[in-house]
Amino acid sequence: MSEEQIMSLEKYFEERIARDEKIEPKDWMPEKYRQTHIRQMSQHAHSEVVGMLPEGNWITRAPSLRRKVALLAKVQDEAGHGLYLYSATETLGVSREELYEQLHTGKAKYSSIFNYPTLTWADIGAIGWLVDGAAIINQVPLCNTSYGPYARAMIRVCKEESFHQRQGYEIMIKLANGTPEQKEMAQDALNRWWWPSLMMLGPTDDKSVHTEQSMKWKLKRKTNDELRQQFIDQTVPQADLIGLKIPDPDLKWNEERGSYDFGGIDWDEFWQVVKGHGPMNKERMKARVGAWERGAWVRDAAMAYAEKKEKRKQAV
Amino acid sequence: MATKDWPLWEIFVRSKNGLEHRHFGSLHAADAEMALENARDVYTRRNEGVSIWVVESKHITASNPENYGELFEPAQDKVYRHPTFYDLPDEVKHM
Amino acid sequence: MKEHLYNYILGIADNSLILGQRMGELCGHGPSLETDIACTNISLDLFGQVRSYFQYAAKLAGDGRTEDDIAMLRKEREYVNVLLAEQPNTNFAYTIGRQFLFDIYHLLYLTELQKSKDLTLSAIAKKCIKEVSYHVRFSSDWVKRLGDGTEESKQKMQEAVDDLWVYTDELFHQTEADKVMITEEVGVDVTKLKEEYYTRVSEILEEAGLNIPESKWFQKGGKQGIHTEHLGYLLADLQYMQRTYPNMEW
Repeated sequence: MSEEQIMSLEKYFEERIARDEKIEPKDWMPEKYRQTHIRQMSQHAHSEVVGMLPEGNWITRAPSLRRKVALLAKVQDEAGHGLYLYSATETLGVSREELYEQLHTGKAKYSSIFNYPTLTWADIGAIGWLVDGAAIINQVPLCNTSYGPYARAMIRVCKEESFHQRQGYEIMIKLANGTPEQKEMAQDALNRWWWPSLMMLGPTDDKSVHTEQSMKWKLKRKTNDELRQQFIDQTVPQADLIGLKIPDPDLKWNEERGSYDFGGIDWDEFWQVVKGHGPMNKERMKARVGAWERGAWVRDAAMAYAEKKEKRKQAV
Repeated sequence: MATKDWPLWEIFVRSKNGLEHRHFGSLHAADAEMALENARDVYTRRNEGVSIWVVESKHITASNPENYGELFEPAQDKVYRHPTFYDLPDEVKHM
Repeated sequence: MKEHLYNYILGIADNSLILGQRMGELCGHGPSLETDIACTNISLDLFGQVRSYFQYAAKLAGDGRTEDDIAMLRKEREYVNVLLAEQPNTNFAYTIGRQFLFDIYHLLYLTELQKSKDLTLSAIAKKCIKEVSYHVRFSSDWVKRLGDGTEESKQKMQEAVDDLWVYTDELFHQTEADKVMITEEVGVDVTKLKEEYYTRVSEILEEAGLNIPESKWFQKGGKQGIHTEHLGYLLADLQYMQRTYPNMEW
């Protein structure tokens, strides 16, 4: 194809997206569109799968049977969401195994929040409330993104995710209304998860490299800073309601803006974690790689069995 | 033995009797039985289905969007296939 | 309080509790995402059953204890699950082997429990039987895949079956509560399930190309609260919150 032809194809392609048409797997698309989508969608899938680990850490120790089944179901949903998203990514011509390879070698990123440890039961509440809360803000607009398989996967994810945040907040309510020991546990979890949750919404707009293009392709509907403000504005009253204190001395309602002003985020910490030096980066990767390697003989056996069975069927 | 990855399967679920099977998504499985079992666990966790079809993705032949024009546009002007093409007086009921 | 019935329920429920806990350990660490989701489903089914049983037991006890108190606040010797259920996830073959050897029993057992004169138990059994039929299918399929897969998987599956085999005989031991409940036509006579059990297990193992272990020596004790060393650690996890923060709501 000549450069001119590609240019006109690209122009037509961008027009389609601007008209809110969906792009489907076999449609022509610019290479950059494909690559950007592989990157973002797989990053999203990885986040779901790595995100199973910090919460999975408390399945065996959940304080009641009711909490245990809720947590199991939630972590299982995350596996499901990872699976939907990997499948959607595979429509762009990359296999799940290749995507795993990128994750396991550190080439692909996942949400840095999962590199923090879950130390107490309250952390499970805080993750559901804050981390899933921030994730929902990010995810809801994606139900309408331009790439069909991604949008469809996100619709399913958002539908299922709606119980996750409620589950987390309910844990926090119980703790906040419980004994002083429980309330302290809840406050401690909020103190540790608040700032990482704000960071989770991405670097500030002036530092964010992908925003403009992503907006055009509807991979993003709002900037990181807008999302962060939205998250803070909706979360602060929820903390107030259960008598927990947001660990930010500079947090203040700004009448004029109709929003909360908030204190500075420690971006050095953010970059440290993103670059692989958070408290749990190494453990998380070890767990993922370990599960994959320990499972190799199992996956091989299933393939070998399937092939034998197929041969036997043909021999009959 | 060299690792061979589980192939990809497309999953179709009938949500309730009376409805058609609809494409729900895909997943990996070594064989058809496993694909069915996995589909049940992955796509009907919330009671979403009463029947499942699985098809290995490689067996699906898809039309090419480049041929959209010749495949689908000719149908656009066949308006006589649609009931609204036919003018009837308003007084006529049950038609 | 109907002490025998209460103890009888613990005997059923503890198996699901301990096995569900073991399956739950795997969540996030399975050999593939799809398998991970499947194993978690089994764990969820088992915990669902546990809740039905313990809610009933709590009602019978009538002393203010809840399902969680019964599940999480007994002492080691008071858990009466079979030894098979508490065996660890040494590798995926052990997980599947344990599940399979229990599932076949579980289905036979529930089929009989449906006929119980105790209407609550028979209702629980009717609900569980659908779940457990699926477990049988899942674990049997995997025994075949691993047994008849690669050389490596065959060897691993055989090893797991050989090791776990010694815990199967205990499934068919009668307890004191069993005896009383059988005379009241509430409980199941497990001794009568034994023959059918080994027939079904052997069929699948044969189909999987595995040897049927010939051991004449079996382990027992779980039903009397005499466990393997594995159980203590499992309980340490299971009970951690309830022990560290007693008398709180979660």
